[in-house]
Amino acid sequence: MLRGFSHVLNSSRLKPGDLQLEIADIFLAFGGVQALSGVSLQVCQSEIAAIIGPNGAGKTSLLNCVSGLYHPQEGSIQFHNGRTHELTHCKPYEIAKLGIARSFQNIELFKHMTVLDNLMLGRHIHLKSNVFTGGFYWGRAQREEVENRQFLEDIIDLLEIEAIRKQAVGTLSYGLQKRVELGRALALQPSLLILDEPMAGMNSEEKEDMARFVLDVNEEHGVTIIIIEHDMGVVMDISDHIAVLDFGLKIGDGTPDEVQRDPAVIKAYLGEEHGAS
Amino acid sequence: MESGIFHTTYESDMALRRTPIMRWRIILAVAFTVIFPFIGNSYTLTLADQIGIAAIGAIGLNILTGFTGQISLGQGGFMAIGAYTAGVLTTMVGMPWWLTIPIACVVTALVGAFFGIPSLRLKGLYLAIATLAAQQIIQWAIVRSPLGTDALVVPPIKVFGQSLNRLRIGSFGGIDFWFYWVIYFFLALTILFAVNLFRTKIGRAFIAIRDQDIAAEVMGVNLFRYKLMSFATSSFIVGLSGALLAQYRGIVNYERFTIDASIFYLAVIIIGGLGSVSGSVYGAIFMVLLPATLSNLGQSLSGSVPGLARLIPFVQQAVFGITIILFLILEPEGLAKIWRDIKDYFRLWPFSY
Repeated sequence: MLRGFSHVLNSSRLKPGDLQLEIADIFLAFGGVQALSGVSLQVCQSEIAAIIGPNGAGKTSLLNCVSGLYHPQEGSIQFHNGRTHELTHCKPYEIAKLGIARSFQNIELFKHMTVLDNLMLGRHIHLKSNVFTGGFYWGRAQREEVENRQFLEDIIDLLEIEAIRKQAVGTLSYGLQKRVELGRALALQPSLLILDEPMAGMNSEEKEDMARFVLDVNEEHGVTIIIIEHDMGVVMDISDHIAVLDFGLKIGDGTPDEVQRDPAVIKAYLGEEHGAS
Repeated sequence: MESGIFHTTYESDMALRRTPIMRWRIILAVAFTVIFPFIGNSYTLTLADQIGIAAIGAIGLNILTGFTGQISLGQGGFMAIGAYTAGVLTTMVGMPWWLTIPIACVVTALVGAFFGIPSLRLKGLYLAIATLAAQQIIQWAIVRSPLGTDALVVPPIKVFGQSLNRLRIGSFGGIDFWFYWVIYFFLALTILFAVNLFRTKIGRAFIAIRDQDIAAEVMGVNLFRYKLMSFATSSFIVGLSGALLAQYRGIVNYERFTIDASIFYLAVIIIGGLGSVSGSVYGAIFMVLLPATLSNLGQSLSGSVPGLARLIPFVQQAVFGITIILFLILEPEGLAKIWRDIKDYFRLWPFSY
C-alpha cells in the first residue's frame, strides 16, 4: 500500500540487518533486589524484537536502562548509528537525541496539552527556536512550527487520529491515549522505537489496530522496534525474535517458533507439574 | 458563531486569534486600555497602574508555578531584586530610568536562575520551602546591606529633562497618567511574549515538565536546563514588575516585598488560573479591585454603621482568605476557566446540547 507520507519517519542510517543495539551482560540491583543479572540482547536494524516474561521479570527495567532512566551497575549498552554510543552513562535526554524514542507502560502523556502539542513535544529535539524567537513567534520560530505541523499531520494520518488532534489528551479514552503516545514517540523520528506494553488493557479490535500501526511503522518505514507485550498471540505474530526474561535472567532467545518450543520458557510460563513421577 | 470558518493553511489554523470574534475581542480590549486613562480619574488610574504591575508580576510567577509546575514562594524576594536594582541604579549610579528597567530584569533573571538550582533535586512542597529560603535570604541580605531598613527614595522619572509628574497636556497629566502608558506598554509586551512562548518549543517543554517530567526527559528535554530557564524567564518578568514598581512609586521599601507579597501573587494566579496568561491578568484585576472595593464600601457605610472603619483591615484579610478557599474548592482553574465556560456557553447557544 502506498501512503502519502512525505517525511522520513526513520532517522537511522544503518542498513537493514546491521547490528543496532547491543546490550551486553548488564547487572542492575536496587538495594538487595537483583533486577537484572547478566542480561544480554542484540537487536538489528529494522527488526521487531519482543521481550516477554512473567510480571517482575525485569522487562521494563531492561528498557529503562536503554532509555537512561536506570543506570546498570555493570555491563554495557552500545547503540550504533554510524558511530557507537555507550548508553549506560548517558542521561535520558541525551539518549533521546540519538533517536531512541519510547512509550510507557502506564501512559505518561502530557494530560493538559492537546494531541497536537503532545506530538509537537515529540519534535523537541528537532526544533531550534529559543526563548526570544519563540517568545515573539519570530521568523524561524513560526516557520519551524508550521513545517513541523506538516510532519505531525503525516503521523496523525498514519495513526488515524485526525478527529482528536485539538483535544486535550486527558479527555481521551485509554485506547486513543495509547495511540497518541505511540504518535509522540514517532514524532521524534526514531531510529529505535521502544514500546512498553502498547496493547495492555485493550480489546481485541484496538489490539488489532495497534498491531497494524506497529507493523506499518516497521515495514513501511523500517523503524527498529523493541516491544514488551503480554499478549502471546500478538507477540508470536509480529516479532522477528523474542527474548524471554524470568527473575532478571534471560532464559530464552530466538525466533517465535524456537521460543515456543523452548522447555525453559514453557517451565517459566506454565510451571512444572508437581507430583508427576 | 464559529461555523463556516475554514482554515486552508496551517499558518491560519495555528494563529493565536483564529476567528473574527476572537480578533474583535482583542481589538475591544486594546481599545478600552487605550481610552481608559482619558475617562478615568486619578484614583481609578492609580488602581489601573497597580493592576498593570500586578499583572506583569503574576504572569512572571505563572510561567514558573502555573506552567512549569515549580511552586515558588520567592516572588517577593525576586521583585525586591528588580525594585532595588532599578532604585540603586537610578539614585546611586544616576542612570536614566528607562535603562534601569532592562538591567533590573537581567539581574533578577540571574538571581532567579541561581535560586532555581535546587529545583533539580527538589519537587513540589520541598521546592516551595527552598524558594521560601530564597525569599528570606534576599530579604535578610537587603536589610543587612548598606541600604538597611530605610526606604530608598527614587526621584520621579524624567523625559527630556522634565519631571513627569509636572508635565501636563490639557487636563491630563501626573505620574499616574504618564506611567499608565509605560506600564501597559510593558504589560502588552509581556502578554505577547508569554502567549507566544507557550506555543513554541521552550514553553511547550515547560508545560511538559509540569505534566510529566520523566516523559519529557525521555523525549529529549534537558530537565535541569529547562527548569533553570523557567526560573530565569519567570524572574526576568518578575524583575520587570519590581523595577516598574520602584520607578512608579518613587520609593523602594523592603516591607513591600516580604513573604506577604509572595502569597499575594500566589493568590493572584490561583484565582486567575494556574497555567493561563489571561488568567494572570484577570487575577490581578480581581485581587487589586477586591480590597479597594471593600474599603470603599466600608467608608460609605461607616456613616451609618459606627466603628466599621476600624474593622475594614480585618474584613479585607478575611475576604482575601475566604476568596482563595472558595476558588480552590469551586473553581480550581480560576477566573480563566469561568471566562472559558462563558464563551463555550455562547458558542453553542442557543443549541447547547
